Amino acid sequence: MEPSLFTYIWRHSKADQIWTLIVVLVAMPLVFYAYELPKKIVNGPIAGGEGLDLPGAQKDFLKFEFSVPEWISETGTFTLYGGIPLDRFSYLYALCAAFLLLVCINGLFKYYINTYKGRVGERMLRRLRYSLLDRILRFPQSQFRRIQASQMATMIKDEVEPLGAFIGDAFVTPVFQGGLALVAMAFILAQNVILGCVALGVVLAQAVIIPRLRRRLLDLSRRRQLESRALAGRVGELVDGIQEIHVNDASNYERAEMASRLSRIFFIRYELFQRKFFIKFLNNFLAQFTPFLFYLVGGLAVIQGEMDLGSLVAVIAAYKDLPSPIRELINWDQSRLDVQIKYSQVIEQFESDNMIPPEMQEPVTETVPPLAGNVSASNLGVTDDTGATLLQRTTFNVPIEGQTAVVGLVNSGAESTSEVLAKLLLPTNGGIEIGGKDVKDMSESTLGRRLGYVGPDPYLTLASIRDNLLYGLRHVPLRDPEGETRTALELSESKRSANTLLDIDAEWVDYEAAGVSGREELDERIVEVLKTVDLAEDIFELGLRGSIDPASDPELAEQVLTARRELRGRLETLPLSELVEPFDPTKYNHHATLAENLLFGTAVGDEFAPEILASNAYFLEVLHATGLDKELFEMGREIARTVIELFSGLPEDHPFFEQLSFMDAEEMPEYEAVIARTAGLDVEKMKADDLTMLLKLPFAYIEPRHRLGLMTDDLEARLLEARTKFSADLPEDLADAIEFYEPEVYNAASSLQDNVLLGRVAYGIADAHSQVHAAIQAVLSELKLRDAVFEVGLNFSVGSGGKRLTSLQRQKLSLARALLKRPDLLIVNRAFASLNANNQDQMVARVLEAVKPADGKGGSGMFWVLQNPSSATHFDYALVFEDGTVAEKGKPNELNKSGSKLAEMIEQS
Amino acid sequence: MAGLQDEVDVLRRISLFANIEPARLKLLAFTSDRVTFSAGQELFHEGDAGDAAYVIIDGAVDVLKDTDDGEQLLVTLKKNAFVGDIAILCDVPRTATVRAVERIETLKIRKEHFLRLLIEFPEMAVEVTRVLAQRLQKTTDDLTACREELSHTQGG
Repeated sequence: MEPSLFTYIWRHSKADQIWTLIVVLVAMPLVFYAYELPKKIVNGPIAGGEGLDLPGAQKDFLKFEFSVPEWISETGTFTLYGGIPLDRFSYLYALCAAFLLLVCINGLFKYYINTYKGRVGERMLRRLRYSLLDRILRFPQSQFRRIQASQMATMIKDEVEPLGAFIGDAFVTPVFQGGLALVAMAFILAQNVILGCVALGVVLAQAVIIPRLRRRLLDLSRRRQLESRALAGRVGELVDGIQEIHVNDASNYERAEMASRLSRIFFIRYELFQRKFFIKFLNNFLAQFTPFLFYLVGGLAVIQGEMDLGSLVAVIAAYKDLPSPIRELINWDQSRLDVQIKYSQVIEQFESDNMIPPEMQEPVTETVPPLAGNVSASNLGVTDDTGATLLQRTTFNVPIEGQTAVVGLVNSGAESTSEVLAKLLLPTNGGIEIGGKDVKDMSESTLGRRLGYVGPDPYLTLASIRDNLLYGLRHVPLRDPEGETRTALELSESKRSANTLLDIDAEWVDYEAAGVSGREELDERIVEVLKTVDLAEDIFELGLRGSIDPASDPELAEQVLTARRELRGRLETLPLSELVEPFDPTKYNHHATLAENLLFGTAVGDEFAPEILASNAYFLEVLHATGLDKELFEMGREIARTVIELFSGLPEDHPFFEQLSFMDAEEMPEYEAVIARTAGLDVEKMKADDLTMLLKLPFAYIEPRHRLGLMTDDLEARLLEARTKFSADLPEDLADAIEFYEPEVYNAASSLQDNVLLGRVAYGIADAHSQVHAAIQAVLSELKLRDAVFEVGLNFSVGSGGKRLTSLQRQKLSLARALLKRPDLLIVNRAFASLNANNQDQMVARVLEAVKPADGKGGSGMFWVLQNPSSATHFDYALVFEDGTVAEKGKPNELNKSGSKLAEMIEQS
Repeated sequence: MAGLQDEVDVLRRISLFANIEPARLKLLAFTSDRVTFSAGQELFHEGDAGDAAYVIIDGAVDVLKDTDDGEQLLVTLKKNAFVGDIAILCDVPRTATVRAVERIETLKIRKEHFLRLLIEFPEMAVEVTRVLAQRLQKTTDDLTACREELSHTQGG
């Protein structure tokens, strides 16, 4: 990248800079005229100057006259246009109209220039950010060991931001303001050479002193930038390492560390301001110092008769125009230095010696030919940046389509070999060739499409499971999107900022690479691959627990309702009838809490959240209106009394308290006090807090679970009335806070599973949950809804870095992604560490079976760095690593004899 | 469904809990789950880890042992029986399979609750020891009978 900001700006925005300058120069005379006009209006028609106070006097409006030498015209003037003679009033109108017109024109010019400059700045900013991002994509792997993601983010986002504002002015300001200053200076010099020299002297003094004062300023602003960036880096670390902070009680250490950083930044900024304002003060002083000299030196000269008064006045008048351009220049210079430092500090971080050349990442639209031949390493050696030897003198030769097991202890060289093969690690000696071509010379389009790599700690992007699976099939846009996704303007702006023109909204998925003809076959293939890695069931479960928007997918919502009806049909007969009590608006649900029975819906948001329901105003109002508050208050007292009676005298850590769902052990004394306080009291006279506390108890009550015998048919009937009233009178502003259970309506706030069930699984029946789950599964299968549920599971968002999935699920997903692109060679590097040996072995066997060539489709070769050496027997060939080199190679069954290293490793595992 | 009081009555009829004051039994009942099993369902299977014992409130269960010749019925227990105590007392896997003969009602007593009661009520610990000693006595008798039978068969 260009080392100097100005070179960068000039190279990429020459034409724009010149055009801005031209427009500014064209606009200038109009600006001056707009300043002149008010004087003319006041002096002319208003004050009656220029002879306009005489009755019947007229003035020529729009008269254009130039002074010319007498040899051209005898009158000494050349009249371009004689003008329109107007009387005093008309002249006033005309001048005022002209003034208004000029104001508009000048305003429009200003608007145009500012927009233009702004756009140029934004374009350049976009170009700069894009090229910085591009550089991150081309950094060598080793670079990532020393950079912090949050520092990179703050550089690209914040540090380059002020450049945008500056770039538009980069050339216009110095040229234009410098020009004005020069004109003013020349004018002063023309009026009086001595005074001119005085003014020039002061300006030159400014030009010498100020840059000296600024040196410290530059240093400070560089330090400020580095400190702020380091702060951003630390904030990122704080977030990433939050677990360690908690488990080590390091939060106060972190606080102190942050405070010391903030303190450093504070003092840097404080000094910066002090110096900045001192320079400002000096500038202002020098600007005023010149007139002081004029008055003194000029005054003396006038008194002594060496200079006439008129010249002095003219010089002082001319000087008026000088400070403002000078100040503009100084300000410009200040921001120039600022952004130049920012620019160089940023691009320094984005320089690297071993940047991946752009041609390695060329977007290739054609099909990349498959890799064939042998994978052969010769004299391969890798030394890391600390000088430790990871791999030495490693030589082997295996067919790419073969199934190779790589066995070795941790850091025996097995992992490094697989990383070199995937070009994630560059060899220090020798190399690995595939089909006679060195891996390190292969482009990413070859490696990324023909090889698959699954590492020990795969990264998933914040997107759906489906998007993560298809990530390995999206290399270039293959088919045009439906309709126009970008306007011509968007495209041309992309071009102007040198951004890529590849369309993110186009169809990127490479069906051919996945061996399918289209979307439908791809879906089948996805299921197949997920079954291979044993993830299909998990995704189905995610789908069951997921929710859909019935408005955007009415068809599925309707099918779920069909499943609900089907399940209800089955619930009528044993054994299911016992296991589930469906939500029926006309019946009390005995296996739901009393509060749930009143609400009879899923709370959306916090308004009707169970924990705070007892203090919800509308809810209490309904209870009061139905008179239930008295009854429930008594019930609350009864529960509290029973609990206190049962649990009194037990220590707080007694295991029995774990079974107490109504209150915590430490709340018991409080409840005792409430009971004492509320004895014989009327509900209306009670303190709100006491009522809330007591109401909480019956709200959580479930008869079959708590078995206190508190529910009666009469109470149930009255609760049903309250339920009806609650939904009928629900105020409009609360309408979105709850989705009622309605047997014939899809409940958007609940999961698919709860929608199919729409009821409660009964308490106290052994195995009820799994039986109901099985029944739901059976209904979904019979109605052929499994695919739809699966689809909902595929749309599950994996969270930042895939953190909503378990680490095992992430690894499985990563393997599924690699399998989906059908690589010529699939490299697996110590994945599935969290699986036990037996499950690992099953996984290996399943994957090997799945990648075998079948029905005319080519399979994938394997290069699997095994976690569990005994799985090696599934493979055709084994490489046994020890001390950074291959210690044994051959067919696993032949190698696995007593005395061999492989046998020893299997023995020990 | 029957309430807490019925469960307390059942508990009192079990010799193990006979000496415990009613208030505590009510607490035990309150903190335990009432669980229904249908005919043929297993309460637990031989070899499983044990986390709870069961009081049979209603119905009957078969206690079975896996042998080389298949399952062998050891005994059928009725209402008021207490099963599954060995595994939670000795921290060993289930020593037998218990299966519901018909639809049964049980009270599931968690391991940690049961152990805590033993600590708090020495009478109960004594009772447990007595019951276990009785069982040992019976087992010893059975063993002796078996041995004799075996020696008869071999001798004859």
